[in-house]
Amino acid sequence: MPDVAIIGVGIHRFGRFPGKPALAMGAEAARDALADAGLTWADMQFAVGGSYEVDQPDAVVAELGLTGVQFTNVYNGCATAGSALALASQTIKLGQHEIGLVLGMDKHESGAFTADPQEYGCPPWYGEMGLFLTTKFFGMKINRYMHDHGITHQTLAEVAAKNYRNGELNPNAHRRKPLTPEQILGSRMVNYPLTQYMFCSPNEGAAALVVCSADVAHRYTDKPIYLRSVVTRTRRFGAFEVHTPSASVAADHVPAPTVDAARAAFEAAGVDPADVQIAQLQDTDAGAEVIHMAEVGLCADGEQNKLIASGATAPGGSLPINTDGGLIANGEPVGASGLRQVRELVLQMRGQAGDRQVAGEPRVGLAQLYGAPGVAAVSILST
Amino acid sequence: MAPVPIADDLFTWPDDEPRLIGGRCAECGTHVFPLRAGCARCGAAAVERALLSRSGTLWTWTSQGFPPKAPFRGEFAGTDPFEPWLVGVIELPGQLRVESLITGCTQDELEFGMPMRLVTMPFRTDEDGQEIITFAFSPEGADHA
Ligand SMILES: [Zn+2]
Repeated sequence: MPDVAIIGVGIHRFGRFPGKPALAMGAEAARDALADAGLTWADMQFAVGGSYEVDQPDAVVAELGLTGVQFTNVYNGCATAGSALALASQTIKLGQHEIGLVLGMDKHESGAFTADPQEYGCPPWYGEMGLFLTTKFFGMKINRYMHDHGITHQTLAEVAAKNYRNGELNPNAHRRKPLTPEQILGSRMVNYPLTQYMFCSPNEGAAALVVCSADVAHRYTDKPIYLRSVVTRTRRFGAFEVHTPSASVAADHVPAPTVDAARAAFEAAGVDPADVQIAQLQDTDAGAEVIHMAEVGLCADGEQNKLIASGATAPGGSLPINTDGGLIANGEPVGASGLRQVRELVLQMRGQAGDRQVAGEPRVGLAQLYGAPGVAAVSILST
Repeated sequence: MAPVPIADDLFTWPDDEPRLIGGRCAECGTHVFPLRAGCARCGAAAVERALLSRSGTLWTWTSQGFPPKAPFRGEFAGTDPFEPWLVGVIELPGQLRVESLITGCTQDELEFGMPMRLVTMPFRTDEDGQEIITFAFSPEGADHA
């Protein structure tokens, strides 16, 4: 019997909302999730909030109601939502509280993320030389991966085209205009081999989940979706990661943190990668989706060309991936991104995904996050 | 005024054959770059200054197709129209894989595994007219400016 159930999901559309504060979007996502669960803010015994740009996500209580609730703020890079979900899960498993809200929100400037390199353990010259850039890391990683495993430029373009097609069917996506593989390949080269339309962009939005002890989930819903496991990991010695001036050659074939997180998540959930019927992966760029398919264990290195060309990862395929358009169509408000993934899994597993509903109501789903400076989170859900 | 490096203790200078300044752990022998107190492998605070190999091979690369935001300060981004440049990871055998700018060649000339060597290149001129240089890797035998 799983310990934790997800009984409500909510979202504030991802995109650009000039003049609208992140906390206002967070409040809307929270209300959406509470309404989905048939509950009110006053029913929440605890809350966890995640954001990069908002110092105190708990300030959302000004909008939701000053109930005195325990509200913990977390930040863990692109894996923030994974850590927020992990904290909520632990709170329930420890018996501290029975029911609570997990909320993520962000409002980023446009363009690639930047920061003080020293805040990431890197020297100032690394930033001054233009090396402190996530996009160039993703270009270098997929370029090497293509060389090692024969992934083609066409495969990268097909992945992005699929995610734009999925975004077209998602009323909450930022980019809803389908693009052909030719348009994607022909767009401006950002970091070879990755073109403009192969990248997601930082943007704005919020997402929320209502979680409770699995013991009481049937009080609130006929169809609880269970959180079977959520695991976060950081990079190991020798791994090739974002914001790393050097890596050792003494540790070749070191697994990426996503590999470690996925293995631990599968073990804790007691399920096998072959059981997964739907996945939401961190597609910071089209290459990242390709690599993460293998890193979480859903295919072998090099199999992606065939899987993507055959449509296996499209909504009608055997292993649909990023069914709501992923980061490529939704953008990445860091604090909310992973909760959007979990919301999409829940909707698909309930059979409530509307126009983009995949066939056969999947019973096991996986969500994965990855970001600087080498942090990953993997969650596994089941009906 | 003679050019000065972008940072102290980053590469040997002045030097006709510059080398990156890294460290080597006195406990486990692992190389680190840049030089820092702790060893990334064993955690010992026993890293001693060590010069890295000048030569290596190209492990991966990409192009930089847009001018990075601050804290980037390279003047090579100031061309109009914008000209992309190259960055990569150079494997120094038995030591480290190092991220670096790549100079002295075009994108079409790059091949995985090709021999590369450390060079210096102009980076920017500061407010006092002081020329600042930085490190880059260039294909072995290339005639870099
Ligand atoms: Zn050591």
